[in-house]
Amino acid sequence: MHLIPFARSALHSATSGGRRYHVWMGILTLIMIAGGYAYSLQLRYGLAVTGMNDHVSWGLYISNFTFLVGLAAAAMMLVLPAYVLKDVDFTRAVLMAEAVAVAALVMCLSFVVVDIGSPLNAWHLIPGIGFLNWPRSLLAWDVLVLNGYLALNLAIPFYILYSRYCGRQPNKAKYIPWMYLAVMWAVSIHLVTAFLLAGLPARPFWNTALLGPRFLASAFTAGPAFVILLLSLIKRTTHYEISDGAFSKLALITTVAAQVNIVMLISELFYKFYSPTQHGINARYLFFGIDEHHALVPWIWAAIAVNVVATVAMMIHPIRRHPRWLMVASAALFVAIWIEKGIGLVVPGFIPSPLGEIVEYTPSLVEIAVTVGVWALGMFVLTILVRIALPIELGEVRSPYIGGGPAAPIIRPRVSRSVPSLRDDRPARTR
Amino acid sequence: MSAEQSPTTASDTRSLMHKQVDRRRALQILFGGLAAGTQAVSACNPLGTKSDEERETSVLAWREYIKGNYRFMTEEERAETIARLERIAKLKRNVDVQIQSTGAQPGVEFGYAFNISKCKGFRSCVEACINENNLDRKAGTQYIRIFEMKNGVVDLDEADATFQHDVPADGHFYMGTQCFQCADPPCVKVCPVGATWAEPDGIVVVDYDWCIGCRYCMAACPYWARRFNWAEPEVPADELNPNQHYLGNRARRAGAVEKCTFCIHRTRQGRLPACAEACPTGARVFGNLLDPNSEIRWVLANKKVFRLKEDLKTEPRFWYFTD
Repeated sequence: MHLIPFARSALHSATSGGRRYHVWMGILTLIMIAGGYAYSLQLRYGLAVTGMNDHVSWGLYISNFTFLVGLAAAAMMLVLPAYVLKDVDFTRAVLMAEAVAVAALVMCLSFVVVDIGSPLNAWHLIPGIGFLNWPRSLLAWDVLVLNGYLALNLAIPFYILYSRYCGRQPNKAKYIPWMYLAVMWAVSIHLVTAFLLAGLPARPFWNTALLGPRFLASAFTAGPAFVILLLSLIKRTTHYEISDGAFSKLALITTVAAQVNIVMLISELFYKFYSPTQHGINARYLFFGIDEHHALVPWIWAAIAVNVVATVAMMIHPIRRHPRWLMVASAALFVAIWIEKGIGLVVPGFIPSPLGEIVEYTPSLVEIAVTVGVWALGMFVLTILVRIALPIELGEVRSPYIGGGPAAPIIRPRVSRSVPSLRDDRPARTR
Repeated sequence: MSAEQSPTTASDTRSLMHKQVDRRRALQILFGGLAAGTQAVSACNPLGTKSDEERETSVLAWREYIKGNYRFMTEEERAETIARLERIAKLKRNVDVQIQSTGAQPGVEFGYAFNISKCKGFRSCVEACINENNLDRKAGTQYIRIFEMKNGVVDLDEADATFQHDVPADGHFYMGTQCFQCADPPCVKVCPVGATWAEPDGIVVVDYDWCIGCRYCMAACPYWARRFNWAEPEVPADELNPNQHYLGNRARRAGAVEKCTFCIHRTRQGRLPACAEACPTGARVFGNLLDPNSEIRWVLANKKVFRLKEDLKTEPRFWYFTD
């Protein structure tokens, strides 16, 4: 067994790096500490320290949750062509995408934990000692599918990386079936989260059959867009080779999904506004405001404008093929969808209330600090996972027990080196 | 009660050794023993600064934390938790409360009717409800909303529930809402932990201690009937109603959802809900739907009644009618 050296070298990979790396992790840690402090205030004084109230009973936390479920599902868009359609270009990107999925799921679960009023009662969800209202409650479904998806996305990359670490080729027969399962599972986490909202006749804003498909379309826009950003960053700062083909395919996926997403947005707008009924009142609040209440109007129009501009830009070949412009467009799509599918989706469901009362929502400072803290946690997890995966994928790190007894020391001594640490500065023969 | 003096008794341990105990019970006895052990250790510690009462409070709090869902408790377990809760009220706030566990009475299904012609918007019902149900005074929680509507417009969007002027206002009528205790409650279906359910007499209740505070039920309710404790609720000791029910007006905690229960602690003993009793105009009719001679049955048989949002098919047990 090579588990102990694996863990040790993983720890080493995660904790060593150049100055920029440490500054980045240090900043994330500081943000997490600030978020942790904000959360401690919330634990002490209750959710009253947030901007939520009996009218708008879900806010920034659940908004981020719904958005991040989409990001987590994005891994599937890479797994699908890489393993199912046997497109070799993608295989290297897949591990990174799964790291994104894990980080997104960590954020999802954290957002649920910070949102619930009695986190200490979370054991009530565990079947056996608690009571999980499955299959009736969609939230119970969500608990199951999210944790299952997290397990899959931890287990598959672990198996691949561990095999490589031990100097073996990962056995396809062992992990490909789980990959197929993960692909279907990715759709399920997204549909279940959409159904969680769409299944409520009390909230006509969400109670539409299009919600599930819209969730998928926006997820497959924002997810690959984020992966494009991550891979660009990895490509710039390490010598991990990612082919241009992978980028162009990712960009194509993002573009097509963004187009579908806009078509669905148009359908939604037509349905809600051509013959405005009582059921369109929340959409009216979101897009145009009601009387003097229009807190979300600038946000949603900014999101739509950015969304449309970025989608059109992605449709123009020279722009999409230009690495820098591709990054700009991807970042723009990511932010636009974060607004549209986060705050723009969850909050207007509550305004006006089912009894027609209008109470607006503004997140409090504590709430924003906790939210930023959870994002920092996600980025922290993502960075660590990428740091662990890269050297193994590059063949820089191998178990000391392979090839007949302890070979050359693999864990390099900690010496201060110039950035970035992953640049290979060893003799060529060890590469 | 001896159980509350020493949380883990010898008989508990014996029952673990000899009797068939289910997993939860075993867990409780073991954890309870753990807590008692900690207690014993700190008792041996001459530097221990905890008073007996503080120690008892922490043991009670722990045993409350590991208890199960009220719905699945045995009668014995229910009695135990109620004894603990009454003791906690005494220790924490020095108040004597009586918490019932009265179950649904056979042959009873509650229904409510609201006379729009009679209501004048005095909101005596709201006040009575706050006092009766120990609603959070600091947050200003209210179960009942009275909507002021312009004559000729039955549209909640155009109504005002926050009116602050002399009533009845000219050219207006009033319509009250609260939990309608739906026969097919969407809030119950969505709860991930089964902390809310419909009792056999139709009252939709919440086990405040089992609730995890996800607020999915609040999103699912089409009548905006549920309230959340965003902070620790505050009720002055001298205004506290000591006549309580486990599923009703007992002390709630921060992070749990609550709602109108048709005053379960009163109505299960044959009394009217506080709102119906307080109404000075007689706009509120409450009774047993299964009793053919009840007033509510007379109203349903002889008046033109309607319900809010009938199209949602949640089958509210709350009707509106006019004279």
